[in-house]
Amino acid sequence: MDIDLVTNILYAMIMTGTPLLLVALGEMVCEKSGVLNLGQEGMMLMGAVAGFIAMYHTDNHFIGFIAAILVGIAMSLLFAFIALNLNANQVAAGLALTIFGTGLSAFLGNDYEGKQIAVLPSLSIDALQSIPLIGKPLFGQNAIVYLSWILVIVVYLFFRYHRQGLSVRAVGEDPSVASNLGLPVMFIRYLSVIFGGAMAGLAGGYLSIAYTPMWTEGMVSGKGWIALTLVVFASWRIERIILGAYLFGFASIMHLVAQGLNWDVSSNLLAMMPYVATLVVLVMLSRDKQRLKLFEPMALGKPWHRSS
Amino acid sequence: MIKLTPRAQASAKWGYLSPVLAVFLTLIAATVLFWGLGKDPQLALYTFFISPIENWYGITELLVVAIPILLCAYGLALCYRASIWNIGAEGQLLLGAVVATTMALKFVDSDSLWAMPLVLLAGMVGGMLCSGISAFLNLRLNCNETLVTIMMNYIALNTLLWAVYGPLKDPSGYNFPESALFGDSSLLPILFEGTRLHFGLLLVILALVIVWVFMSKTFLGFQIKVLGLDKPAARMAGFKEKKLAAMVFLVSGALAGLAGAVIVTGSTGQLIPAISPGYGYSAIIVAFLGRLHPVGITLAGLLIALIFMGGEMSQMVLQLPRAITGILQGLILFFLLSCDVLIRYRIVFTVKLPGFTAAAKH
Repeated sequence: MDIDLVTNILYAMIMTGTPLLLVALGEMVCEKSGVLNLGQEGMMLMGAVAGFIAMYHTDNHFIGFIAAILVGIAMSLLFAFIALNLNANQVAAGLALTIFGTGLSAFLGNDYEGKQIAVLPSLSIDALQSIPLIGKPLFGQNAIVYLSWILVIVVYLFFRYHRQGLSVRAVGEDPSVASNLGLPVMFIRYLSVIFGGAMAGLAGGYLSIAYTPMWTEGMVSGKGWIALTLVVFASWRIERIILGAYLFGFASIMHLVAQGLNWDVSSNLLAMMPYVATLVVLVMLSRDKQRLKLFEPMALGKPWHRSS
Repeated sequence: MIKLTPRAQASAKWGYLSPVLAVFLTLIAATVLFWGLGKDPQLALYTFFISPIENWYGITELLVVAIPILLCAYGLALCYRASIWNIGAEGQLLLGAVVATTMALKFVDSDSLWAMPLVLLAGMVGGMLCSGISAFLNLRLNCNETLVTIMMNYIALNTLLWAVYGPLKDPSGYNFPESALFGDSSLLPILFEGTRLHFGLLLVILALVIVWVFMSKTFLGFQIKVLGLDKPAARMAGFKEKKLAAMVFLVSGALAGLAGAVIVTGSTGQLIPAISPGYGYSAIIVAFLGRLHPVGITLAGLLIALIFMGGEMSQMVLQLPRAITGILQGLILFFLLSCDVLIRYRIVFTVKLPGFTAAAKH
């Protein structure tokens, strides 16, 4: 195995893992506030289609990403209204969001299938990119990859050092106590859900504007669901999300690895890898039920209604 | 201001009214949607909801679409009654179709009477294989059933693609990703001359009766209900929780697998990549809209089948993308969940006037 192949695999792994990193980060914040949003897949699809359409008409990547984020937020608000205000079952509401997003994105993107847009240029740092092995993977990526690292650091610091980070967690552990302490439970949960929506929208936009770059119906193909596993995998710890996202990124580029190593395996079987990897990870994580419960926000997924 | 106040007891009335209201709201939303897209709402509604079933042929086509959806939804309803969030009907359907095809290809040149039952059985085994894996991961290894079943959906989809591009591809099919055409012995008989409505309808009716009797008349059905409503109570009563859950998983897998077998033997006559436009996912909506009751599900399944056909029809007549089907399905579920709030809560409109506050209950 030569060093170029390893470099390219590392490079592709980070590139492919980035949307997972973004969604998982958003979902983790959402879950820390006690809200389980299973609609990641739908929000990502909507972000992808909105980003692509905006990019197609303006030829401006920035506008594309803003559109993706805004649409992600709009979708998350829909979820928040049904799950938080109307106290619907969060699992069902998330499923509804995914089904709705899948349909609406297919509808909106119908005329854009197969259209071409300019690829998002990579923002390489030339001096550092020449470092062997890790130069290209770490310093030859596009802007969103760097942004994802910044976001991870910001969210990490927020939960570690900022007072309000503690408020979010308090709301996720016991909303009634948090409410009695005077914390605006609904407001905090809304903000967390919105952050999740923005991240999912951005991740979707990344797929359609930076990664592929094109729009095809259902192009997110389960990444939103894999991200939900990632949050469990990371046991709601931010730093571990990075590791998980890139591991899954690796599982998703097995066809590249196979090509590089001259393996003769059906591409359809290789395409199964991320999902199989998810199952394997789930199995490893779930063996100890007690331990899993230790990290999970106590009020996760439970509707809460302020009784005044 | 609008406020929610919890009811002392869940309202049975709203349990029945909520799906009706949800469908009504979806119709209104559809009208607004058509109008917003610059189509004459009256013509659009007619095209979407009436024209597909104007004549006998249309009605039989509606039933053809409803058959796989209903088979999947009966099984899912069992799972949801037991509070098992199985969303894997799509994968179970696809794997059922793959295994059924494998069996059917053994009988291409045979006119054995065994072919048909064996092919259908193979489909059920395929579905049970898929749901069995999910059940094992969920019940033995504690994995979250929602994530497991959705991953199995993607794995099954890739298995199907692998099969039609690989081992099951028709050697004399000009390299198209399709299996060989089935022999007559493994094609479901047509019920009415001149239509495509096949024997699968009778299987649906059979499944309806069996699931209904099972749910409402047997002790096992009762145990499943208790398990779903109150797990600790089920445990206290000594019900075998894991065995019940495994059974529910397997039954729903068998039904979804049967749906897959029915599609390849009744509608397509061969395995192709696009055997299901998401029937397994629609079945989730159908199960909820039908209030997890076999009769309700049957009505809901017919409605969702109509939405599938309406999508096709509006593509032909109104030049609208057929993806509108997915939007309406999502909307129905949203409205249903929203209306369900009325089961547990009373909506109170509080009117604030200067000087005093009056609360009016509706």
